[in-house]
Amino acid sequence: MPNKKIGLSDAIASIESGMTIGIGGWGSRRKPMAAVRELLRSDVKDLTVVAFGGPDVGLLVAAGKVRKLIYGFVSLDSIPLDPLFTAARERGELEINEYDEGMFVTGLRAAASRLSFLPTVAGLGSDVLAANPHLKTIASPYSDDEYVAVPAIPLDVAFIHANRADSGGNAQFLGPDPYFDDLFAMAAKRTFVSTERIVETRDLLNQGSFHTLMLSRMYVTGVIETPRGAHFTTCEPDYGRDERFQKHYAASAKDPDTWRAFASEFLDGDEAGYLEAVDRFHAAQEVK
Amino acid sequence: MAADVTLAEICVAACSDTYRESGEILAHAVGIIPTIGARLAKLTHSPDLVLSDGEAFMMSEPPPLGKTAAAGGVIEGWAPFRRIFDIVASGRRQSMMGASQIDRFGNQNISLIGDWNKPTRQLIGVRGAPGNTANHRVDYWVARHSPRLFVEAVDMVSGVGNDRARAAGPALRHHHLGVIVTNLAVLGYDDDGAVTVLSIHPGVDPAAVAENTGFALDVDGAPATRVPTEEELRLIREELDPRGARTREVPD
Repeated sequence: MPNKKIGLSDAIASIESGMTIGIGGWGSRRKPMAAVRELLRSDVKDLTVVAFGGPDVGLLVAAGKVRKLIYGFVSLDSIPLDPLFTAARERGELEINEYDEGMFVTGLRAAASRLSFLPTVAGLGSDVLAANPHLKTIASPYSDDEYVAVPAIPLDVAFIHANRADSGGNAQFLGPDPYFDDLFAMAAKRTFVSTERIVETRDLLNQGSFHTLMLSRMYVTGVIETPRGAHFTTCEPDYGRDERFQKHYAASAKDPDTWRAFASEFLDGDEAGYLEAVDRFHAAQEVK
Repeated sequence: MAADVTLAEICVAACSDTYRESGEILAHAVGIIPTIGARLAKLTHSPDLVLSDGEAFMMSEPPPLGKTAAAGGVIEGWAPFRRIFDIVASGRRQSMMGASQIDRFGNQNISLIGDWNKPTRQLIGVRGAPGNTANHRVDYWVARHSPRLFVEAVDMVSGVGNDRARAAGPALRHHHLGVIVTNLAVLGYDDDGAVTVLSIHPGVDPAAVAENTGFALDVDGAPATRVPTEEELRLIREELDPRGARTREVPD
C-alpha cells in the first residue's frame, strides 16, 4: 500500500489559483477546517468552491479567495446564516450557482459517474432555473416528462476530514452521518483527507464497524494528520461543535473592526497557533 | 373552547392534522410547533408515521424536544442526509416547511429578499424546497401571519406554487401543497390553486386575517379551527413539550 502521508502546507502548496475545489462536510459539520485555514494562509485565489457550505465558505469568501460558489446552502446550523457569506452576497460580489440540495448531490453524482449530466425533477417550476441560466431541461425519451438536466460538477481537488484514516488513504467516518464526502472524492481528480488520527490499517475496525469504512484509498491522493482539524465544526464522536467559539466567530464577522481583530488573533498564525489561541479563548471564558 | 387552550396549542393540533391521511411516510417538520404537531399525530391518529430526530436517525419514539437520538428515544432506522434525498425522490415523505414569503398560488421563498444578483437580505437559500415541492406533499408553517410574508409576488420561488407546477408539465405530477397553518388561521387552496381560508382560530378577528395578508383573501363565513381534545392537550403539555417551547413561536 502506498504511503500518502503529507504535511498540511505541502498539500495546500499543490493547489493553484483558478481551481475548482470541493469541500466535504455539511454546514457546520465535519468540515476540513485545518485545510481551509491553510488555504487562507496561501496565495491562491479565484477558486470555484463547491460545498454544502458552512464557515468554510464564509472564511474563504471573506479572505477574497472565491471567484464562484456552487452550493446547496450556506449555514452554521445552530446559527442559521454565516455573516461573512451573507455580507458578500449583499455586496453583490459573488458569482454563484444556488442549487436545491438534492440537485447539488445530483451534480456531484454525475461527476462521480463521469456523466455530463443527470436528470432530476428537483428545480422544475422554481426560480432555481431562472437564477442559473446555464441549466437546461431534457425530454424523457420514454414519457412526456421534461426533467432538469443537472450538469456534472467535476472537481480539481476535494478536501474532506475523516475521524480516522490509514496512511494509504482508507478513510473512516465514525459519526452518525458520512455526509457526501465519498462522493466529493469520487467527483475529484485529487482528494486530500485530513484526519483526527492516522492509524494502522489493522486498527481501523477497533472503533467502528466495517460500515464506517466508506472511502477507499483508490480515491485519495494524500493523508494529513490534523487533530482537532474540523474545529470549530462538529467531528462526532471525537468532539461536538465548539458552539461558544462559533458564536464568537459569527459575532466578530458582523463588523469589519471586530473581524480584523478575530483574524489577527486566530487566523494570522499557523495551525498550532490557531489551536493555542482557541485554548486561550476558552480559558479566558472560564475565568469570566 | 376550553378557556385555557392557547393559540400555540391550536396551531399544534392543526399541524398534527396535516398527517391524517399520510400513512407510513417520513414526517419532516421545520420549527417547534410543526415538530410537536408531527409527534402528536404519531401518538394519536397516525401511529404508522415515521419520525426523524432531525439528524441521522428515524425514531420509533420521539426524543426529547430539541434533542437528537443521543438524548433518548428508540432508534428504528438510519437516515443520513444522503438517504433523505433518496426518500424525497421516492415520494414517501411529507414536509412542513417555514417561509419568508408566500404568494397567492403558494409559491414560497426562503432564499433571499430583493434582487438575485445583489439581494438586500441573503437568507438561507432554496435549500430542499424545490425538490420537496416537486416530489411530495408540502405544508407551510407561519408563526407570524403578516402582509410582509403573504405577498403578491415572492422575490425568489424556492417552493413551487400551484400555478408554476401546472406550467411545468407532467414531471411535477407529484406536486401537492397541503395547507398553510399560521398563528391566525388555516389556509388552503381552491380549484385554481389560489390561497383560501379553511378556518380561523378561535378568538381571532377574521378582519385581522384579511388585513395581515398582502393579497385579497375572502374571510367571510370561515369556520373556527378545531381546538385540541383533552387527550391532545395532555400529550402536548405533559409529554411532548412540558417546558413550553411552543410559546417561543406563538406566545400565550
